[in-house]
Amino acid sequence: MQGHSTYTPGTAFERWLDRRLPIVGLVHSSFVSFPTPKNLNYFWTFGAILSAMLVWQILTGIMLAMHYTPNDALAFASVEHIMRDVNYGWLLRYGHANGASMFFIAVYVHMFRGLYYGSYKEPREVLWLLGMIIFLLMMATGFMGYVLPWGQMSFWGATVITSLFGAIPVVGQSIVTWLWGGFSVGDPTLNRFFSLHYLLPFMIAGVVVLHVWALHVVGQNNPTGVEPKSTEDTVPFTPYATLKDIFATSVFFVFFAWFIFYIPNYLGDPDNYVEANRLATPAHIVPEWYFLPFYAILRSIPDKLGGVICMFGAIVMLFAVPWLDTSKVRSANYRPLYRWFFWILVIVAIGLGWLGAQEPKDWYVFISRLLTAYYFIHFLVILPLLGLIETPKPLPPSISEAVLAKTGQQAHA
Amino acid sequence: MNANSKRMVLLRQGLLAVGLLVLVMPAVAAAQEAATEGYLPTIVKQSWSFAGPFGKFDKAQLQRGYKVYKEVCANCHSMKFVAFRNLSDEGGPGFTEDQVKTLAAGYKVQDGPNDAGDMFDRPGKPSDHFPSPFANEKAARAANGGGLPPDMSVLAKARSDEKRFPQWLFNAVLQYQEYGPDYIYNLITSYGKEPPVGVTCPTGNYNPAFIGTTPCLAMPQPIQDGSVTYDDGTKPTIDNYARDVSAFLMWTAEPKLEERKETGLKVIIFLIVLASLLYFTKRRVWSNVAH
Repeated sequence: MQGHSTYTPGTAFERWLDRRLPIVGLVHSSFVSFPTPKNLNYFWTFGAILSAMLVWQILTGIMLAMHYTPNDALAFASVEHIMRDVNYGWLLRYGHANGASMFFIAVYVHMFRGLYYGSYKEPREVLWLLGMIIFLLMMATGFMGYVLPWGQMSFWGATVITSLFGAIPVVGQSIVTWLWGGFSVGDPTLNRFFSLHYLLPFMIAGVVVLHVWALHVVGQNNPTGVEPKSTEDTVPFTPYATLKDIFATSVFFVFFAWFIFYIPNYLGDPDNYVEANRLATPAHIVPEWYFLPFYAILRSIPDKLGGVICMFGAIVMLFAVPWLDTSKVRSANYRPLYRWFFWILVIVAIGLGWLGAQEPKDWYVFISRLLTAYYFIHFLVILPLLGLIETPKPLPPSISEAVLAKTGQQAHA
Repeated sequence: MNANSKRMVLLRQGLLAVGLLVLVMPAVAAAQEAATEGYLPTIVKQSWSFAGPFGKFDKAQLQRGYKVYKEVCANCHSMKFVAFRNLSDEGGPGFTEDQVKTLAAGYKVQDGPNDAGDMFDRPGKPSDHFPSPFANEKAARAANGGGLPPDMSVLAKARSDEKRFPQWLFNAVLQYQEYGPDYIYNLITSYGKEPPVGVTCPTGNYNPAFIGTTPCLAMPQPIQDGSVTYDDGTKPTIDNYARDVSAFLMWTAEPKLEERKETGLKVIIFLIVLASLLYFTKRRVWSNVAH
């Protein structure tokens, strides 16, 4: 892409380094002169918010790991040790546990932003795929992290979810035994989950680098979905986007702080303050809120294997979105029909989340099936068909002209 | 009306219907559940000194609550994550270190093995944790008719009523985090009530506040008016015992509550000031760009 300015090494040291490792130039072109569409709204700040959350989770996580003991007899007590005896241990633990929720809030906003503005379309397919890989890694990390405090919900949540692999024909039970490292969730399970929970965030960080790289090759999408045509349409990343991102991140952290300091246990399950007990099954086993829509899909299918396929299918299907959407127009602002279906999808996703927290009985099951069916129909039928039948609104010739049309009256008044 | 706008109207109506359905579902569900399941625990919210953004524990109340725990609850309930030294920690019941030394010495704590290889009892030290009343789970169950008295260290965070929509939204905004002490208070004060017609407890004791599938729990009424003598003139009633011990158990579950809320206020004020400054800086920088 066309840059606003290029890096010229100033000092003798910079010139020396630039000939050997042009890293300062790389950072400069990626985060300083990188051309950013000038019409981005605040939904585009969630990338920065997510980066901040990743750093936060890794930092608090590393410090928690210094005090935590991954052993089935000691894990629960070591968390209480962190809460009671470690300096600011309560802040680390509440910050990390609620941080996971904030991470998912931000990633869901980020993903729905992508769906609304068609950010996955040509040439950003690989960007979307990398994002989906990050999402999968996040889910695995979040799930395993929830097991570590070794409360009742940790233990039984781990039991329910790992048992899903038992639905695979023939080899299912062997796979489950292999995952557990025994014949039930136990100390070996806790140990490997801790190990992987420590590993995966660094894999996420690696894929984030690829995600940002891909982004900087194709450039950012924007609310019009029209590619920048000249430097008129863009502003340099620094100071424009940098400041806006830092501002949005600090507002997000006010929201985050409310949870850490005032309602730290709001998003958690009280049963997780009861130490894991393999002889006592809790009345309702519920995963963390960010898995609830997928949990509802799992339970809405009467067949175990079918449920597992649908649940994983609901996620895997998202990888194919760039090819399922046949419309050439990116932004839903210019797609009068898709816009409605987008909001229906949002409502359906929230509805599934709510249903995932309820007991699977009576008409809940029926509504779950209805919404599950709709979720798949949206991506597999509506998305491909809409592109063929919809008449999009005329696109603005350029970002600058779209901005002018919006603010022009004010400017001339 | 052309075909396109007709389609839009249909869509709009469809979306409205789906939206309404999603909004109404939880309310219908709650009503239906209440009608079919019959039993929902009755838990009346109480006012607590430690609620809200400026909440602080009432030291005198925690000391009274400790007395109730020690003389009544501790006969069956362990509190293994709490150490005697915590009783003199900042943000707690405010015992002095000397008081804690004396108080800890009043407990018998098992130590060892000594040089002869034997376990032995010695007076407690501030660094010891509260000794458990039973040697193990089996012993606890055997002494309590099969029921297991739960450990009380984090009990006040381990109980919650169902978070129903839309109540759970208000809980987040109003910072409602006191369901644990509310529950413990209600449980202790709800014994001895007449069960409704048709409800019997063949095993256990009737208590309409109990969170479970039935209003029957193994624990009999734990305390009577006058069971514990208060030294500060507070009336020795079940109501006061229940209130004080609930506050005490909130403290054992969340000993850093005051520090957390105080830090939170500073952090949030800092973040709001930072965000405001950033906002104006950002506006200034963007002022020369139409966007």
